[in-house]
Amino acid sequence: MLRLDNVSTFYGKIQALHNVSLEVNQGEILTLIGANGAGKTTLMMTICGDPRAQSGHIEFDGQPIQQMNTSDIMRMGMAVVPEGRRIFSGMTVEENLFMGSFFRSKDEAEEQLEHVLELFPRLKERYSQRGGTMSGGEQQMLAIGRALMSKPRLLLLDEPSLGLAPIIIQQIFEIIEKLREEGVTIFLVEQNAHQALKIADRGYVLENGHIVMSGTGNALLNDDSVRKAYLGG
Amino acid sequence: MTETSLYILQQLINGLTIGSTYALIAIGYTMVYGIIGMINFAHGEVYMIGTYTAFITIVGLLTMGVGSLPIILLLALITAIIISSTYGYAIERVAYRPLRGGPRLIPLITAIGMSIFLQNYIRLAQGSRDLAMPALISGGIEFGDPAVFEVSISWMQLIIWGITLISMTSLAMFISRSRLGRACRACAQDRGMTNLLGIDTNRIIALTFVIGAALAAVAGVLLGLYYGIINPYIGFMAGLKAFTAAVLGGIGSIPGAMLGGLILGVTEALTAAFFPSEYKDVVAFSLLVLILLFRPTGLLGKPEVEKV
Ligand SMILES: Nc1ncnc2c1ncn2[C@@H]1O[C@H](COP(=O)(O)OP(=O)(O)O)[C@@H](O)[C@H]1O
Ligand SMILES: [Mg+2]
Repeated sequence: MLRLDNVSTFYGKIQALHNVSLEVNQGEILTLIGANGAGKTTLMMTICGDPRAQSGHIEFDGQPIQQMNTSDIMRMGMAVVPEGRRIFSGMTVEENLFMGSFFRSKDEAEEQLEHVLELFPRLKERYSQRGGTMSGGEQQMLAIGRALMSKPRLLLLDEPSLGLAPIIIQQIFEIIEKLREEGVTIFLVEQNAHQALKIADRGYVLENGHIVMSGTGNALLNDDSVRKAYLGG
Repeated sequence: MTETSLYILQQLINGLTIGSTYALIAIGYTMVYGIIGMINFAHGEVYMIGTYTAFITIVGLLTMGVGSLPIILLLALITAIIISSTYGYAIERVAYRPLRGGPRLIPLITAIGMSIFLQNYIRLAQGSRDLAMPALISGGIEFGDPAVFEVSISWMQLIIWGITLISMTSLAMFISRSRLGRACRACAQDRGMTNLLGIDTNRIIALTFVIGAALAAVAGVLLGLYYGIINPYIGFMAGLKAFTAAVLGGIGSIPGAMLGGLILGVTEALTAAFFPSEYKDVVAFSLLVLILLFRPTGLLGKPEVEKV
């Protein structure tokens, strides 16, 4: 579904990604784990075209996207829950959600809204509240809900568990699994490696901008070097 | 009422009139700043072009024998809005968009260059002499004590208030209720994120230029008729005043621009009431300095968020 081939990304002269190749298959949960600063966010944002890959190929549904504008890429059927959530704090939950379905028709948006509010009853309770006044967990739900409003086939999630209480993290991971059951392909970036690998079909490990390992979620969970580096022994 | 209080009332009326037009122009500065963090110094010229368009339309219609005031006014507004918006759009597209993402000083310099270019372009095309706008609307209502002081509100002033009110209300509704207005707000808060939602933010930015230009054009028609005299340099002072109003109210804030315009207009008029009228500009800009010293974000502005 999504395929990266030898992708390199730079910030000025600093190279953040080195010839990264990876693949996300239809219907799976793929996770990318790595330490802080490894380049996980860069990788995710490079897929979205911001920053742009300096070299290599990125394909979505067989179509090259590495030269496309971010807004065009994001209309092809993927949606992103970016690092730090980036909800529109001055807007209500309702307005935030409808920003997610901006390029969809009104009917499609209404239909998807119903679905999102079913997934996150909390958002329904907070429907007219400003995004900025909500708790971190609620904001994360809003960010996911907003991404889902475009009815994506591929959902990119950048550290959705960051800074949240364990019980909320549990809920978020349950939602992710539920989405997969509905047929949404998931690309999950996490520092919370244990939990991510547990629900993932496959995973990649990123170190200093290089992919150093890949395998099934289970294989990585049981790998000694992964355990040492990311799972606290 | 005493003579002084009636006189002050008169100046308040005059000040609110000028202030509403400052507010209309100020919206363009504030919206553009709010969304791309740049001061569009050519905005005053877009206003001036609106005035010239209205002038040409009005003179043309009068020559053709059209006598109906509402039709003349409406057509003047429509043509001014269309032409100014086209300029607003073109300026952004040609001069600013290619420079986006570079150092912040560069678009600023480009904007000043654009302003000088447009001023001279109109000067060459239309001549630099003063033109007299046909006096379409005269008369008004008067009240107070004829023996003490008669306060007058001209029809033109009422028209300025009315049209400003309609324009501002439409803008407020558009921004708060419509889908595109929501996208404008989203873009002002986080342009990158708005892009990530599949929205072409270049179009939203172009839209803010068009809206700003349209409102400046409305101000151009109204002020042109109010003052009765136009020349290619009117955009400079009007732009400067409106910019002051925008900063006063808190640049980036739309209600701030409205409030800043009114406060500035009233302050000027009251200054002119008690001091030689040359002092009104001094007081206007002093007010700006004071606000910036004691409340750098302006009256309704939010603390500076770093634009990326
Ligand atoms: N906007 C930026 N400009 C310059 N360097 C950046 C920028 N964003 C990230 N980096 C650098 O790129 C590297 C990877 O960062 P990032 O992708 O955020 O890692 P992760 O998400 O894995 O924590 C880091 O060394 C970081 O300092
Ligand atoms: Mg990151």
